[in-house]
Amino acid sequence: MSHTFHKGGVHPPENKITASCHIIEVELPREVVVTFSQHIGAMAVCCRSKGEHVKRGDLIAKASGFVSANVHTPISGTVTRLDKWKTAFGYAADTVTIVADDEDHAGDMASIAGRETLRTAKEVASLSDKDIVEIIDNAGIVGLGGAAFPTKVKLSPPSGMNADMLLINGVECEPYLTNDHALMLAAPQKILDGIKLLMKAAGTDRAVIGIERNKDDAIKLFEKLTTGDPSISVAALDVKYPQGSEKQLIKAVTGREVPSGALPIAAGVIVHNVATAYAVYEAVYLGKPLIERIITVTGPSVKRPGNYNVPIGMNIADLVDIAGGVPADTGKIILGGPMMGRAVVSLDAPTIKGVSGILMLPYDKSHRDAVQPCIRCAACVDACPMGLEPYRLATLSRHKMWDEAEDDKIINCIECGCCSYSCPSSRPILDYIRLGKTTVGSIIRDRQSKK
Amino acid sequence: MAQLLTVSASPHIHTKRTVAGCMRHVTIALLPAAACALYFFGIGALIVIATSIAACAATEYIINRWMLRRPSTLADGSAILTGLLLAFNLPSNLPVWAVIIGSVVAIGIGKMAFGGLGCNIWNPALVGRVFLLISFPVQMTSWPLPLVNRSEYFDAVTGATTLGILKLGEADSASIDILASATGAIGGSLGEVSAIALLIGFIYLLCMKVITWHIPVSILGTVALFTLCIGGNLAVELLSGGLMLGACFMATDYVTSPMSKKGMLIFGVMIGLITVIIRRWGAYPEGVSFAILLMNGFVPLIDRYIKPRKFGERRSKS
Repeated sequence: MSHTFHKGGVHPPENKITASCHIIEVELPREVVVTFSQHIGAMAVCCRSKGEHVKRGDLIAKASGFVSANVHTPISGTVTRLDKWKTAFGYAADTVTIVADDEDHAGDMASIAGRETLRTAKEVASLSDKDIVEIIDNAGIVGLGGAAFPTKVKLSPPSGMNADMLLINGVECEPYLTNDHALMLAAPQKILDGIKLLMKAAGTDRAVIGIERNKDDAIKLFEKLTTGDPSISVAALDVKYPQGSEKQLIKAVTGREVPSGALPIAAGVIVHNVATAYAVYEAVYLGKPLIERIITVTGPSVKRPGNYNVPIGMNIADLVDIAGGVPADTGKIILGGPMMGRAVVSLDAPTIKGVSGILMLPYDKSHRDAVQPCIRCAACVDACPMGLEPYRLATLSRHKMWDEAEDDKIINCIECGCCSYSCPSSRPILDYIRLGKTTVGSIIRDRQSKK
Repeated sequence: MAQLLTVSASPHIHTKRTVAGCMRHVTIALLPAAACALYFFGIGALIVIATSIAACAATEYIINRWMLRRPSTLADGSAILTGLLLAFNLPSNLPVWAVIIGSVVAIGIGKMAFGGLGCNIWNPALVGRVFLLISFPVQMTSWPLPLVNRSEYFDAVTGATTLGILKLGEADSASIDILASATGAIGGSLGEVSAIALLIGFIYLLCMKVITWHIPVSILGTVALFTLCIGGNLAVELLSGGLMLGACFMATDYVTSPMSKKGMLIFGVMIGLITVIIRRWGAYPEGVSFAILLMNGFVPLIDRYIKPRKFGERRSKS
């Protein structure tokens, strides 16, 4: 078995500052702002009105359509506002604000302390695959690796396509981030229970957990817990970015290559993140919807960097304050990791399901170097995990040569950033490719809709 | 929160590699060969190297500041590297005026006329060298003998190169001193003589991941195979002339070589073939420079049609 994917990839400094930090439970806030569009797909539709009282875990907005997800509240309280709120990236989003009084707060704290299981192991065993998918759907679970793709969609493949393997993504190839690592160390048995549920839901009898070798303790832990269980195994992978990308992970673990333009299911594999498996466990065993997640708050000068278990909807600035506040030297704040994360315009915004980390970079690391001419060193070609020619795609996009860009498969770009990262001339290669990819994508959609 | 935040698209981190860093690595890799040149050819080598570097840098500076009215690009180190490489391709007794003409042609026509670093089609140092070779054949083909000329510049005792001797049929290849060819105690352009020093530089570049093996190995492998096929002397063909310098340092120039690995192999094989053909059947005893320049011209075509295999595409389209 190969130990990593072979085409392209880079080795950015890992900077896993919080690698040995235990998960810190964040105290429930008195106010949360629940956003309706926390996932890929159609926005959820609000089903609450102003003044209504809701309990922790209650449905706030309902999925609209197949690719969509339910949204729940992490605290009990009263709906005080139904309005637009500016997200961390500066766009307006429909939200519900829920405010807890002392009684609500005390009730939530008591319910967390006396956390009861909803179903016993026996009851869980009697659930059918359809039941599990329904529970996942109702719990609003989305892929917690960062893309926030509704989990139930992945578990409902097109007819005629079946997965023979479930791949669990514990790679966490982004520098700085350690939220999955911390979760794997804290709740391995629960993750395994979640994996078994996902296997049943996907109709496969084989699961592999892919973990990079920089998380040796997690590899050993899962190897120990899965001995004697032939259906679940651990694949220890050499460290390389972007191994956490679905297609690269499938290649690294199985040697199979997802055909160009196809979904992973075409290679007989479904990929889910370890945190997603944990969320499935919580939904099925505890009846708890997706209202919390682990977020790594980190950065070279952050006072209390760590892996925080955060109620989804809590204000980002409040979370940062718990971690010691924004360091004075900060020049850029990123939601997610430094390779694919997005820079924020404001911290006064709610956390959402897809936020895996909050990275605060010092001012001197917040800016790009001056752009120099391309010296045709081919570093971007060597780094591209999709086998594309980034230098050429960027030039084609710059000159608006969309037909040529389409022929050269600009659509296949996974926006991992290896090209821009590796460019010695600091050229904004990925910026241009994104522009081209978006444009070519809409040209293709227009053409298809005309037919 | 008082401070202003920077907002930019991902990725937010960047490799430590820079253009100047790459150029520095190549320059360092050339130092062993430069030391050999100074050891074998002494003062002449020093004058030619110093003149070439200074003239290349001055040409680029003047063109940038007074003709193009843009900031100097000397800091990227490419002009200095071109100067060093050009000097390596010249005999150590070449008059200063000829070195300056070569430098002006290399930078002015070979590089800046195309738009500067990254835009040129042909290797600037080779453009300069071939211009001099065609314009001043006498000066460019009088090769000072090694060691005996260390303190001589104008009145160096000259002789023929190994390949020159073979071309004229003055000796058969069996009588060539292989050890001298490997260490560099032979006549030739000042930087090309020591195969061992050049190989040390090549290994350094491989270790620092500045270049890959594809171009040098495919050139040397092709020359070796082709030489065997036509019954030539393997060691002599590989160790003499500009082959090592050309394969490891001139053909691997980023700007003028293909982008894909497959393209690099085709590029290297063709250079190897053309080199042997010129050496064996051409009018010149040496053909590496011409072979590289010819294939430089084909690079845009190679890049257009030879592409890396895309992820998820089948190996053969049958």
